[in-house]
Amino acid sequence: MEPGEYSGKLIVIEGTDGVGRSTHIALLRTWLESRGHAVLDTGMTRSVLAGRGIKEAKTGHTLGRLTMQLFYATDFIDRLENEMLPALRSGFVVLTDRYIYSAMARAEVRGIDSAWIRSIYGMALVPHAVFYLRIQSPQQLVERVLASGRGFDYWESGMDLHLGEDFFDSFLEYQTRMLKVFDRMSDEFGFHVLNASRSIRSVASDLRREVDKIVDSSGLEDLTSNPQTTASDHLVTVAK
Amino acid sequence: MISYGKHQFPGKLFVVEGTDGSGKSTQLALLHQWLKAEGYPVFFSEWNSSPLVKDTTRRAKRRHLFTPASFSLLHATDFADRTERDIIPPLKAGAIVLADRYIYTAFARDVARGCDRQWVRDVYSFAVKPTAAFFFRAPLDVAIDRIVSGRPNLKYYEAGMDLNFSDDPEESFKLFQGKILEEYDRMVPEFGLTVIDASRSIERQQREMRMLISQHLKRRRLRNH
Repeated sequence: MEPGEYSGKLIVIEGTDGVGRSTHIALLRTWLESRGHAVLDTGMTRSVLAGRGIKEAKTGHTLGRLTMQLFYATDFIDRLENEMLPALRSGFVVLTDRYIYSAMARAEVRGIDSAWIRSIYGMALVPHAVFYLRIQSPQQLVERVLASGRGFDYWESGMDLHLGEDFFDSFLEYQTRMLKVFDRMSDEFGFHVLNASRSIRSVASDLRREVDKIVDSSGLEDLTSNPQTTASDHLVTVAK
Repeated sequence: MISYGKHQFPGKLFVVEGTDGSGKSTQLALLHQWLKAEGYPVFFSEWNSSPLVKDTTRRAKRRHLFTPASFSLLHATDFADRTERDIIPPLKAGAIVLADRYIYTAFARDVARGCDRQWVRDVYSFAVKPTAAFFFRAPLDVAIDRIVSGRPNLKYYEAGMDLNFSDDPEESFKLFQGKILEEYDRMVPEFGLTVIDASRSIERQQREMRMLISQHLKRRRLRNH
């Protein structure tokens, strides 16, 4: 689907676990709202239909590879049809924490046929921009996990893949593989890559500058100090 | 991921398909008894039975949360769990797996709901191809009579009420089942479904099934002994 028929903007924040996606979405949301834009924020496993079911299925650790991908796809389609599309039709800026790319990356590191997963997500809308918060190395992610105080998560460590002796070894290997897949998708889908190893403040200011080029600032001209930034310079990527 | 038609397992997979009220579950239960009595290891798996997905489906049906696409994907999730948990392991171990409803149920219902025919087939391409799939074909009015007379209240999604064909559940059910039957008929040549005339007596249908199934088992027994 092409985004042209909707007056809103679909902006995706992607990245591996622990790179600060939710922090940046919260900051962007406040900033956009202060400038008069209506914002919907959504994210993986937050659907009314399947969010709870996915969380419950994950606690049991008996979720199979294929079942997991389809559960994510169910969650995605529910949020697409019931949240994202209605908001985009009404002219909202939709900020989404992860999109089809995370789902495709998780499938790929689990050895799932990429043609299959892509055919399922063929119904997704092409976003106006995908910002990929890129961390330099999995070691930096480890530091963030330690700083968070919550420890290593079973699924974020890819424990279902039996990649290492324990959560730590598995986490490093799993996140290394995820980074590789993301780097490749970044070229394929034209992600806008932001170095997430920097301070929150500098990442946030980069994000604002780029998002400002996308959102429609017409009607707010008198409030905008620099009218050049109102050019709707769409960063459309191709999802198929 | 191994796709449809590519799996090679020592076990055998037999599935029954058909509209509601076609009598397929009765036939499968009789088959199950027979195969057990013959000494085969038999496993049974039915539609909508994943322990991981069950609560989500029940809640969504009660609260009418589904669109055609999410209905399709959640049922595919349920089916994937059955495949990974209940179907592939026993087939690998050489058992007989009997499935009450299979991917063809999804193809018929989801397409009748308006999903794209090829998209639904792509979603389910991870499924194991059955050794034989029996389609219990009953004339539409017979099937409808069996369901409507057995149950005073038709369920919302079962009657296709989400599609707004009609405000009357019985009328909607008839229209929806008609579309489902059309899809089944289309799948007979596409997937080589074995058509069983479900308007005949239970005993005759069972005799025919046992005859057809024993052909698949004989070959296996010869190899083993």
